[in-house]
Amino acid sequence: MKKSNWLLLVLALVMSMFLAACSGGDDENAGEDSSKGGDESAEQVLRLTEGDEIPTMDPQLSTNTISSQWLGTTLEGLYRVGKDGAPEPAIAKSHDVSEDALTWTFHLREDAVWSNGDPITAHDFVYSWRRAVDPEVGSEYGPYMMGGVIKNANEVAAGEKPVEELGVKAVDDYTFEVQLAKPTPYMESLATFTTFYPLNQKFVEEQGDQFGLEAENLVFNGAFIMTEWNHGEGWTLEKNPDYWDADSVKLDKITVKVTKDVPTNVNLYNNDQIDRTGLTSTFVEEYKSSDEFRTVLNPGVFYLKFNQERSEALANVNIRKAIATAFDKQGIADTILNNGSIPAGGLVPKEFVAHPETGEDFREINGELLPYDKEKAKEYWEKGLSELGTDSVTLNYLTGDTETSKNISAFMKNQLETNLPGLTIELQQVPFKERLRLDTEMEYDIQAAGWVPDYADPNTFLNMWVTDGANNKMGFSNPEYDAMLEKANNELAQKPNERFQTFLDMEKLLIQEEAAIAPMYQEGVAQLWKPYVKDVFKNQIGPEYSYKWAYIEK
Amino acid sequence: MVRYIFQRVVYLFLTLFLIATFSFFLMKFLPGTPLTAEDKLTDEQKEIILEKYGLNDPVPVQYVKYLGELVQGDLGISFQFDNRGVTQILLDRLGPSAQLGAQALLIGTILGILLGLVAAVYHHGFIDYTSTIIAVIGKSIPAFVFAGLIQYVIGVKLGWLPVAFWEGPEYTIMPTIALMMFPLATAARFTRTEMLEVLGSDYITTARAKGVNEFGVIFKHGLRNALIPLVTVIGPLAVSLMTGTLVIEQIFAVPGLGEQFVSSVMTNDFPVIMGTTLLFAFLFVVIILIIDLLYGIIDPRIRLTGGEKK
Repeated sequence: MKKSNWLLLVLALVMSMFLAACSGGDDENAGEDSSKGGDESAEQVLRLTEGDEIPTMDPQLSTNTISSQWLGTTLEGLYRVGKDGAPEPAIAKSHDVSEDALTWTFHLREDAVWSNGDPITAHDFVYSWRRAVDPEVGSEYGPYMMGGVIKNANEVAAGEKPVEELGVKAVDDYTFEVQLAKPTPYMESLATFTTFYPLNQKFVEEQGDQFGLEAENLVFNGAFIMTEWNHGEGWTLEKNPDYWDADSVKLDKITVKVTKDVPTNVNLYNNDQIDRTGLTSTFVEEYKSSDEFRTVLNPGVFYLKFNQERSEALANVNIRKAIATAFDKQGIADTILNNGSIPAGGLVPKEFVAHPETGEDFREINGELLPYDKEKAKEYWEKGLSELGTDSVTLNYLTGDTETSKNISAFMKNQLETNLPGLTIELQQVPFKERLRLDTEMEYDIQAAGWVPDYADPNTFLNMWVTDGANNKMGFSNPEYDAMLEKANNELAQKPNERFQTFLDMEKLLIQEEAAIAPMYQEGVAQLWKPYVKDVFKNQIGPEYSYKWAYIEK
Repeated sequence: MVRYIFQRVVYLFLTLFLIATFSFFLMKFLPGTPLTAEDKLTDEQKEIILEKYGLNDPVPVQYVKYLGELVQGDLGISFQFDNRGVTQILLDRLGPSAQLGAQALLIGTILGILLGLVAAVYHHGFIDYTSTIIAVIGKSIPAFVFAGLIQYVIGVKLGWLPVAFWEGPEYTIMPTIALMMFPLATAARFTRTEMLEVLGSDYITTARAKGVNEFGVIFKHGLRNALIPLVTVIGPLAVSLMTGTLVIEQIFAVPGLGEQFVSSVMTNDFPVIMGTTLLFAFLFVVIILIIDLLYGIIDPRIRLTGGEKK
């Protein structure tokens, strides 16, 4: 008898827990319903999803696209990315550049305020820029973006000089002066980036180590303010009534939910619960002909790096050229990726930078530098082999372990081994961090790598390959190339046309003549967008999308 | 009994200590850092940032610091989510997972027991075969297939329930159904087998002979005894359900622990990985302890009295 009583007791306990959970849930639901009272179709609400939680809402700590997107929607720097993708004045009204191009003076608008009511002043920029390189804060992008650009940034970041020595100054409340380490023609583009956003010192210090952790620990000055942030689940933004350009903002609200599963996202989209979904290649076939289907180009470029130090074969320029021309780039873009990606003609992506005078796209001018050509590849290959005095070469091919990397590397192995007789490719698929480690230690022969730019200037792609550069890590060294880069960033800094031409020549030297890297593809994204969503602009740098001007027209 | 519980609790903490130590040193072998833009930094810049996280200290120093913080319930700061405490991250995510797990376990087990019971009473009949088929399907169809299917049919085609998200009780129904298939199948099979055995035993015959009605025989004398072995299975099952299932959480966009655990592994977020491992281990050993204690209470024949047993 005793045991049965116990069982009953346990059962009763369990049941009561379950009932309690149910009733608790009902209460939540009641609240939900009342808040949903209004007519949704009349509201200016944009409903989006993201693939992940926001890693950080601290502008100086941000390093990834999701943080950058939502910081860029709620905060504004000196400049912001305009509708046409070019930087346009935001908190700065205008700027002057000194004759030696080393002093930039920004004149700030006087009507801009923080969401806590404080005016936005030059001191807010001084505070946040110092914060970006302060070793105590531990920003990664601060030293990377400001090092060698802002005066003393490297020394401050290394702890050799106090933060007060950073080349920034508030001349008065609305005049912000920046001393540069070297002429930086793309300063306006940098100013649109999260690392350069201002912060309200008083607010940040009040919050202490809670700053940026929850919606209420944040302060805003952009078109939208974050009103709700449920970690892992989603967040809500509302129009910022105190935004200096609030008249241009038509959306009342943006809701974002975290969904990791693409089929789920497509189901939600088809159920009219969200206004945009990304598509994987399997869905592209199904939706290609839909009016709501769109592809957009990202500025990320993927390429093969050839390690000239470890492999004797890869030190030979003919072998490098052979490999670079022996695979079908169109095939990778259309068959494997099938998401709007395009074959990469060079290293600088399409729709990224244009000639300062003619407006012609960088990629259009330089064209396809090492196109796929089986016959030519074979010629290079045989020439290279005879120079090496061998008839077979085995190369290690380092790549990531994602589904896409695996598919591409299988395709590459097949293409290269078929088109270049005597070549054996040994695939090595590792997680991202491990690939970076092997890259740093130069323990690879061929590596499939990629680069996503942080500011709109060819320099971000081309300065990687300077002799012994931190990102070179493939033993490429060409004195002519180094000299051109030096020239572009110093004496030509104030001569945009000649500077642009220098970058065009550098890319040709790097790829056409040296075949130091082999461009593969420029990343695209396939999406469905509800037709009633208007004026969302896709950016190549800074936050991925501008929602400032977006509206719903049903 | 008190001595036995005390002894078990000591073992419990010893187990956790070993797991914490083991996972700590395991993590030290992996190439993970709090850096998320490693490819853009020079080696000197990396050093400075690692210094801030205390990762330049010798490993034994890091270990002692880690244990010291652990004792105070501090699981450290996440690498992936700047400045966010791991304890808070786990607490935020535990709720949805635990709720889904509890619902799935309860409903699944109760339905499973009923199904198994009916199958045993009417064994080798139509109901028995149907119940077996349900159990086999529940065990063999992968959760992601089943979840994807019901999401499409019930959510998109029929529009009866929300497709995904986590906004109220109705949002928990589909993930619960998808999750409960496994406990349902397990409970049904167990109950059927045990019931058949119990119903064939002497005391049931005695009960029948004494004129107890059929309902009494099955529920009072049969089912209660048949359920004892089920407790053993349900314990570990409860832990795995309540700590979140990656696939279900991903498909229904539930902000739970399983999803968090996988993303922390993908980003080498060691503090979160260790925190989650410890949480899982803690729940596991606690549930095992509870089950062992329950066992002693339910069935006096296997009551343990710790020290004396040696």
